[in-house]
Amino acid sequence: MKLDSKTPSGDIKDRWSKHKFEMKLVNPANKRKYTVLVVGTGLAGASASATLAELGYNVHTFCFQDSPRRAHSIAAQGGINAAKNYRNDGDSVFRLFYDTVKGGEWRARESNVYRLAEVSVNIIDQCVAQGVPFAREYGGLLDNRSFGGSQVSRTFYARGQTGQQLLIGAYQALERQIGLGAVKMHTRHEMLEVVTIPDGSGVPQAKGIVTRDLVTGKVEAWAGDAVVLATGGYGNVFFLSTNAKGCNVTATYRAYKKGAGFGNPCFTQIHPTCIPVSGDYQSKLTLMSESLRNDGRVWVPKTPGDSRPIAQIPENERDYILERKYPSYGNLAPRDVSSRAAKEACDAGKGVGPGGRGVYLDFSDSIKRLGADKIKERYGNLFDMYQTITGDDPYQKPMRIYPAVHYTMGGLWVDYNLMSTVPGLHVIGEANFSDHGANRLGASALMQGLADGYFVLPYTIGDYLARQKPMKDVGISTEHPEFKKALADVEARTSKFLSIKGKRSVDSFHRELGLLMWEKCGMARNAKGLGELLQQIPALREEFWKSVSVPGSGAELNVSLEKAGRVADFLEFGELMARDALDRDESCGGHFREEHQDEEGECVRNDEKFMHAAVWEYQGDGKAPARHTEPLTFEYVKPTKRSYK
Amino acid sequence: MSNDKPMRLKLHVWRQAGPNAAGSMKEYVAENVNPHMSFLEMLDVVNDGLEAKGEAPIAFDHDCREGICGMCSMVINGVPHGGHKGVTACQLHMRHFKDGDEVYIEPWRAKAFPVVKDLIVDRGAFDRIIASGGFVSVATGGAPDANALPIPKRDADAAFDAATCIGCGACVAACKNASASLFVGAKVSHLAHVPQGHPERAERAKNMVAQMDKEGFGTCSNLSQCEAVCPKGITVKVIAELNRELAKAQAK
Repeated sequence: MKLDSKTPSGDIKDRWSKHKFEMKLVNPANKRKYTVLVVGTGLAGASASATLAELGYNVHTFCFQDSPRRAHSIAAQGGINAAKNYRNDGDSVFRLFYDTVKGGEWRARESNVYRLAEVSVNIIDQCVAQGVPFAREYGGLLDNRSFGGSQVSRTFYARGQTGQQLLIGAYQALERQIGLGAVKMHTRHEMLEVVTIPDGSGVPQAKGIVTRDLVTGKVEAWAGDAVVLATGGYGNVFFLSTNAKGCNVTATYRAYKKGAGFGNPCFTQIHPTCIPVSGDYQSKLTLMSESLRNDGRVWVPKTPGDSRPIAQIPENERDYILERKYPSYGNLAPRDVSSRAAKEACDAGKGVGPGGRGVYLDFSDSIKRLGADKIKERYGNLFDMYQTITGDDPYQKPMRIYPAVHYTMGGLWVDYNLMSTVPGLHVIGEANFSDHGANRLGASALMQGLADGYFVLPYTIGDYLARQKPMKDVGISTEHPEFKKALADVEARTSKFLSIKGKRSVDSFHRELGLLMWEKCGMARNAKGLGELLQQIPALREEFWKSVSVPGSGAELNVSLEKAGRVADFLEFGELMARDALDRDESCGGHFREEHQDEEGECVRNDEKFMHAAVWEYQGDGKAPARHTEPLTFEYVKPTKRSYK
Repeated sequence: MSNDKPMRLKLHVWRQAGPNAAGSMKEYVAENVNPHMSFLEMLDVVNDGLEAKGEAPIAFDHDCREGICGMCSMVINGVPHGGHKGVTACQLHMRHFKDGDEVYIEPWRAKAFPVVKDLIVDRGAFDRIIASGGFVSVATGGAPDANALPIPKRDADAAFDAATCIGCGACVAACKNASASLFVGAKVSHLAHVPQGHPERAERAKNMVAQMDKEGFGTCSNLSQCEAVCPKGITVKVIAELNRELAKAQAK
């Protein structure tokens, strides 16, 4: 597997401009001869679909939900970063770039991150032009707040519903193109296979996909000149996560099995502020936005096992863990660091609430200082959500929070053009591995999704298409044998699920896998646990294929069948994650190997051996995948110990 | 948090195999319901049991389970989303029920939202209404600096209040005329309160209302049931704004 990052040379400030000029263009009259298939309608997929259609390409867009507006970007709460420096507090494109590289612990490609910071400023302009109602000050200008891992206020927000407002902006741009007939939208369609067809020189190119219509069960092939996956992350491999129930790895994992390299699958983000698990029926975990840490203080009782009511614990017997450990960033320490601090406190027996897996997030000082009205204005909907779920009122008593799986930095490997190792297969947003290294900073996922979809892919995909003859001219259609084969593969898999007729529900397997992953490949990992996991997952997978129950037929809306397909892929993917976590014998960002920590419990990286992206190549079922590496070099942000003290 | 005693509930659930099949209410028993469960988690447990027995689980739409994607859609004891202020079905918790309760669960009922299966309906009409005009026609690139045009905070806040609509369709399900006026009003109001939406406001109001009528939604009943069930607290003020926008557009 050849990993050519295609990174431009020269001063990092000029690379993207230079690259944009050097890329080939497709002339306006020719664009309509090309068809692009976009899978997923979150920020990345919706913005890419709309923008590609505006440019004149034929676009087919697919999502598994009933409407493109439902994609899980909608749930992002806190905000979106942009290097606007509207606060005059010393922000710049370079500082956002610097913070992001450092935040990711030097495990992302500098050129990509710089470009992300560079286009961040255009995103805010674009969204405002669409009518996105960002928070504003009384003078009418845009307001900002601070987020973890940064010492400037560069986060734009729309109360606690920033993701919703940005996604609705992109969705409306997409619907406009649907109304104009430029995008054909296929809702309730799940992508189950990528189709590759060798070009003249025998190199497989992504030329289509196979989908299942979730209403009728119809399995169908779609041909295109290029394929774009914008299918999000794989956090649901843990069963419990802040992801939506439908989020899954199937699209990216199917692409991996068709030759796309999977980059850094072990890099997962555990978010420090989520509502703790309340019982074994739990179906998902709910995030409480990081923005709350602007005004909330994280603490636990100093004495282990202290079960006194909050009011009876005097100030000097409270341990404000983040303020104590990280005085310069305090409660705004980055997510990985804050999560581990919470785990450390709970492991030491200082956790609060049932089961001792929780820490307080306390607003009482801020309410005293600013008044309850101000806090309500900033976080009202989050406080309401907390109260709805837990039955407790956070204006009266501190929230109880605990870390939960939230985001996955790993994903399909892509080059500077956001193209995977399969030519023609582009991957954008959370689905790729590109910009966040080993840890993502808050408010950067929305930024990356929209950067990729509005401002990067629409340029880079043109460079690929300009080098391709339109498929109709080279005789590619869904009649091609590769499509027939992919259709048959999907049908065979469906029949297999339906024929097992076992006694265990799909979810029971998913829960069991999730628990194993959380225990052994979660917030802290070690060689022993990962070794065990590599035995346990195949055994569970075998059990799944023997005793899962998938009632009904393939020719109808069949919820069990949908879930079974996703869980079957998670059962393979989990193994890949464990393997990657085992081989990356260092700690960095969200990947914390217990063997590699300093006396204060901080990550110890091994730059000599691991300053690279690990990229996995599928070798066939039952065979160990091959590990390749893309070495990373840092010319502008020199690797140091990542400290927030 | 006080009472953790498990409950037993009798469920009456609308089951319908497909769009053209006849549906009916079927009875199920939900055992060991924990008061901290969400309503959908209670259904998950029932479904898990059905699946393990080889029976088809109750199909319902859901995704984010945190009240923001707008996908969950069920009428619980006669009220869309179950009747707790500001709460979608996925955020409704079982602590609001008591042991022995009978619970009736049905899909949204509206001509413009045909049933797909069990509790799942087709809300494609909402997407088509947005596609008819619920946007600002700006292509990507070339937008002026975001702070070039100040927007008074009260306008930005008013726009936001309307823009919080999650497109769930509870407003339609609650209305005896199955009117989509609250949904359409929310979008028209949102874009009428920001200057970026002004150039197209007349066409937007006309086109969205025309599409709403074409989809088979009824006229506004003026009974405000939509406001009562809206999980995002959108008020009928947006319908007044819609009517004003429409009147102004028609006068042009």
